[in-house]
Amino acid sequence: MSRILPLAVFLALCGLLLFGLWTSGDKSELPSPLIGKPAPAFSLPTLYDPERVVSNADLAGEPYVVNFWGSWCPTCVEEHPVVTQLAESGRVRVVGFNFRDEREDAKAWLARFGNPYDMHLFDYDGRMSIDFGVYRAPETFLVDANGIIVFKHLGALTPEILEKEFYPRLGNASRASSGP
Amino acid sequence: MSELHRRFPWKARRGLHRASVLAAGLALAVSLTGHALEPREFQTEAQEQRFNALTEELRCTVCQNQSLADSDVPLAEDLRDEIQTMLEQGNSDEDIKRFLVDRYGDFVLYRPPVRGNTLLLWLAPLLLLTTGAAVMAITIHRRRVMLAEEALDEAISIESADFDDADAPEQDPRS
Repeated sequence: MSRILPLAVFLALCGLLLFGLWTSGDKSELPSPLIGKPAPAFSLPTLYDPERVVSNADLAGEPYVVNFWGSWCPTCVEEHPVVTQLAESGRVRVVGFNFRDEREDAKAWLARFGNPYDMHLFDYDGRMSIDFGVYRAPETFLVDANGIIVFKHLGALTPEILEKEFYPRLGNASRASSGP
Repeated sequence: MSELHRRFPWKARRGLHRASVLAAGLALAVSLTGHALEPREFQTEAQEQRFNALTEELRCTVCQNQSLADSDVPLAEDLRDEIQTMLEQGNSDEDIKRFLVDRYGDFVLYRPPVRGNTLLLWLAPLLLLTTGAAVMAITIHRRRVMLAEEALDEAISIESADFDDADAPEQDPRS
């Protein structure tokens, strides 16, 4: 008995560590404290028209997707077809939050890869990205009609995530208007 | 410069090779140990001390194994700016921590708050220590009992041997 015990403890410890390795998934993905809370108050100029300022109130009333991206971000290129798919589904407004970027670079990027977004806001110094708790790019938030963040995805969107996380939260209703 | 060196210029540099490797190594070592973070100007020394203490115990969410004080990613730099601004506006350390926790979650704190889901984390060292102490106490106790029993057995066998000896009919060497 006394000889088997240390071995048993060792194997149990191995089992515990393996369990931790297999079940924890991506450790760098942090749970956002913003889920279930109102989206942070923003008031940003649009990418194409610096004179036009858009805030939460302008987007309220219908759900919208906030997609933080930058022309410096390779994963944003990777997820672009999926963002395009989401925007073209016509089920939700997709608002790009271009951050830590230069206007010209951002516009050139959109000219190259296509611009399916409903609009782009320009967060030059990334101050708004801090309020959204963004620490990587891309990051995508789903905001409901009441302005509450209901879902957040870190990293590239995939068609599976659209099916599993976005569309069920949007219900069956197609968008009535094309947004502001 | 010889013909060889004109045709193969890198060979001319062979003498320099060792020195440049050494220099590169030193440069790497320096770049690994000392981050070239911009020095900051503070209004008061107290602010500077609070800034240093805060950035030491807040985690950089991008690199995750570095504190905000150590990290040189752009987000960490922006967050340091934010912390300095908040300090200068007279916010307390708690305000600043709350600002970051509200956005990035408890993960930014190197010392997570004691709560239901962190209780095990906080109690684990005590738990392990107690378990270890218990195991040690039991082992020592068992060994003592074992030794005592052995000693007793020995004493009994010696005693009984003595007894046997005493009991044995005395041999008269003369008979």
